[in-house]
Amino acid sequence: MKLIGLVDCDNFYASCERVFRPDLRKVPIVVLSNNDGCVIARSKEAKNMGIKMGVPWFQVKQSYLAKGGKVFSSNFALYGDLSKRIMHILGNMVKNIEIYSIDEAFLDLQHIQKTHQAHEFAIHCRKTIHQWVGIPVRIGIAPTKTLAKIASHVAKRETKTGVVCLNKRDIILNTLKNIPVNEVWGIGRQLSSHLNKAKIISAYDLATVNMRFIRTRFSIVLERTVRELRGEQCLEIQGFSNPKKQIIVSRSFRNRIDNLEVLKPLISNFAVKAGEKLRHEGQKCSQVSVFFSTSPFNKKLKHRGIYNMNFSNPTNDTRDILTGVKTILKKNFKPGYPYAKAGVLLSRFSSESIAQISLFEETNTLKQNHALMKCIDSINQYQTQVYFTAQHHSNLSPMKLSMKSPRYTTNWYELPSVN
Amino acid sequence: MTISYIDSISADDLPATFTKFFVESVSVGFPSPANDYLESPIDLNRYLIKNNIATFLVRVSGDSMIDANIANQAILIVDRSLEPKNGSIVVASLDGEFVCKRLQLKPRLCLIAENPDYDPIYIQHSQELDIMGTVTAAINKFE
Repeated sequence: MKLIGLVDCDNFYASCERVFRPDLRKVPIVVLSNNDGCVIARSKEAKNMGIKMGVPWFQVKQSYLAKGGKVFSSNFALYGDLSKRIMHILGNMVKNIEIYSIDEAFLDLQHIQKTHQAHEFAIHCRKTIHQWVGIPVRIGIAPTKTLAKIASHVAKRETKTGVVCLNKRDIILNTLKNIPVNEVWGIGRQLSSHLNKAKIISAYDLATVNMRFIRTRFSIVLERTVRELRGEQCLEIQGFSNPKKQIIVSRSFRNRIDNLEVLKPLISNFAVKAGEKLRHEGQKCSQVSVFFSTSPFNKKLKHRGIYNMNFSNPTNDTRDILTGVKTILKKNFKPGYPYAKAGVLLSRFSSESIAQISLFEETNTLKQNHALMKCIDSINQYQTQVYFTAQHHSNLSPMKLSMKSPRYTTNWYELPSVN
Repeated sequence: MTISYIDSISADDLPATFTKFFVESVSVGFPSPANDYLESPIDLNRYLIKNNIATFLVRVSGDSMIDANIANQAILIVDRSLEPKNGSIVVASLDGEFVCKRLQLKPRLCLIAENPDYDPIYIQHSQELDIMGTVTAAINKFE
């Protein structure tokens, strides 16, 4: 039997914050989203205190801190570095790995024939990651990706080994009985409410449903999920990651913004950041979009919208993106609305190496200076030193990372200190 | 320069010569006698770090390890993948704080400073000691 493993880091961001802070081993930890808006990660202790995922920080701040909880702004330099290390370890242990997210990876365990060997292998993986990087992980093993996801979910309760193998038919079916259908991989809230109406409540109900019923009433995608729950491999491990289809840079603002003079430089910063990412991916974009919205808590003055602009040719020159952003803002910004969030989205990508010449070359007003961009990127690699005039000058990032931990592993001046 | 003739077409139909353009320049002088002995420059990373996935850098604050040539503000290379042995210099967390000391496993578990001004720390049962990793090198910078 072919086996698949899913490695999932426990409360990843919170665990990262603990690696260089042994004093916080048993202290509740929450990590906040960019600009300290919402809770995006919680340690086990914080979960036990009843802090919900995604809750706005200001709602829980007072009681959480009063109970001795510790809070961090997000430190993606640290999380990214530790994630990379973990993925390296796993990549060296198996032939094929699919990095699914910053804290999850599917492993191809086809070199392992017997279940008990897979179990031992997983325990070895887990121990190595814990010793080398200091991050606790749990591992689910099963014949399919969908079942491996469920196995890793079950492994949360398996606190001692952190490894769960779902391989025998009766064990799988028994486990599925205790999993609500909305916790199955790929089944969202809407789909699960449709399924519930059809009396499909647990994952077991879904696995044992009449296939024709699924095919006629639902979709081929759901049929694949059902097959996977039955142990039939439909989704393969995708060794290399697909190139990105879009790039988004967005932030929530600390203070509401209602005029263009304040907003434009901030959005220009997002555009500059997005341009950097685009070039880093080796792509060009044909469309730039700007979106902005007022706070969902504000019921009176509501406005949210996303506006696009297309380029005559694909480009990855920041100046072209900035021109696009400027044009969009001029047309669509509504002064007087208290905007709480905004962002820039680049899409319709084509590869940097393919130069497509427009049929009407004279309409091409784009800058498209590759050498200049390359030069700016190399100067700004470690610290931004070259700015575009449209950018915000004094405080380049609207993020105020007041509670950010040091970049322990990526910055010479922020190394951990030992006595 | 290459000259090619294509049989099936009469030579008159085509320009007689095809010129190859080299985008890169070719030097015409005497080739460097070192070309056959090219080696990559000395890389400190390779000298100092064996397992980069498990290696972390920390900065020393204090002089408790001065006799082991670890000065205040030195940067330590800490390899988490190495099993700490009796006598290894380690970075450990003791009661929630990182320390760098020499590890003694027998006769009694103890962390020893390399400076006569500091007493050895005997680990009590109530104390939590976690070895983070083994120190494989120290970098003391003078200027």
